[in-house]
Amino acid sequence: MEKNIAYVALFAALIAVLGLVPRIELAAGVPITAQSLGVMLAGTVLGARRGALAVLLFIGLLAAGLPLLSGGANLYAVWGTPRIGFLLGFPVAAFVAGWIVERTTLAVGLASFAGAVIGGIAVLYAFGLLGMAWRLGVTLPEAALLLAAFLPGDILKAVIAGAVTASLARMRPGVLLSRG
Amino acid sequence: MLTLTCPYDHPLRRARAGAKLAALAFGTTALFLTTGALPAAAALVLVAVLHLAGDARILPFALRLLWPLWPFAAVAVVWHLWRGTPAEGLGVLLRMTAAVMAANLVTMTTRLDDMIAALTFALSPLRPLIPPRRLALALALAIRFVPDLMLSAARLGDAWAARSPRRPLHRLIPPLTLAAIDTADRAAEALRARGGAD
Repeated sequence: MEKNIAYVALFAALIAVLGLVPRIELAAGVPITAQSLGVMLAGTVLGARRGALAVLLFIGLLAAGLPLLSGGANLYAVWGTPRIGFLLGFPVAAFVAGWIVERTTLAVGLASFAGAVIGGIAVLYAFGLLGMAWRLGVTLPEAALLLAAFLPGDILKAVIAGAVTASLARMRPGVLLSRG
Repeated sequence: MLTLTCPYDHPLRRARAGAKLAALAFGTTALFLTTGALPAAAALVLVAVLHLAGDARILPFALRLLWPLWPFAAVAVVWHLWRGTPAEGLGVLLRMTAAVMAANLVTMTTRLDDMIAALTFALSPLRPLIPPRRLALALALAIRFVPDLMLSAARLGDAWAARSPRRPLHRLIPPLTLAAIDTADRAAEALRARGGAD
C-alpha cells in the first residue's frame, strides 16, 4: 500500500516536472513540452490503474491551484481554454497505455510504444479534438487540421516513451509494475 | 515558488476558498453558455474591475500571467477572420481571457492549504473510493517531491552540459524517471517504518 501511494505520488510529480522543464524543441523552434510524455510513462511503467491514479493525482495538484501545466496554468486557468480536452483525456490516455503494456506479450519497448501511440495519441487526440471544437468554436475537422501540427512531436514522444520504458526494464528489472 | 499566490493585498484573500471556487465554477460555466462578444466583454470588464478592488499592483501581475495564452488567441483570431466570423472570434478570445483572469485571481488570493482543504472537502462524498487520509498523504508527497525532482532535473542537465556542447533532448528522461522511482522506493520504506499509510 505504501509503495502504491509513493509510486503514484512520485509519478504525479514527474508529470509536473516534465511539463515545467521544456527540453525538447521542434525544428521550427516551437517548444513542445514533455508533459504528455510523462502521462505516457505513467501508464507504461506503472500500469493501467496506478498510471491513471498518478495522472488523477496530478490533476488534483492542479485543482489545488498549483500552476504545473506547461505555461504555468492550473486547473482553473485551463478550464476556459482549448487545452481542457487534453487534460481530461490524460487519465484515460495513461490507463489505455498501461492496459496495452499489461495485456500484450510484445517486447516491453514495442508494447510501450504501441501503448503510447494508442493511449497517448489516439485516445488523447479524441479528447483534445472535442475540447478544441468546444472552446475555439471550430468544427471537428477544422480542429483535426490544427491538431495535425502536434502529430510529429507526439510520435517522437511515443518513441521516447517506448525506449525509456525498455531501458528502465533493462536497468532495473522488476521496476515495471505494468509487467508485474 | 510552486504557487501563484501573490504578495499583494486583495479583499478576496479574506473570502473562503470553497466559496471562491464555487463562484468561479458557476461563473465560468455561465460564461461559456453565452454566445457572441457582448456578454464576454461584460464579463471581462467585471473581472478587471474585481482586480482593481485590491492593491493596484495586482492587475499588472495578472496580465503577465496571461502571456502563455497567446498561441490560442492567435489561432482563434486567424481562424475566425479567415472564416469571416470576426464577431464570433472576438467572443472566443474575450471569453477565454475573462475565464483565465478570473481563475488566476482566485488562485492568487487563496493559500495552498486552504485550496487543499476545499479540495478534500469537495471529494469527501467519494470517501469509500478515496480514503481522505490517503488522498491527503498522496497530495502532500507529490507537492513535496516536485521541487525535489526539479532539482534532480537541473543537476542532470548541468552534468550533461559539462560534458557535451549538444542539447540533451530526451537523454535526461531515463535518469530522471529512475530518480523518481528510487525516491518512491525510499519514501515507501520510510512510510512503512513510521507505521504505514493509514
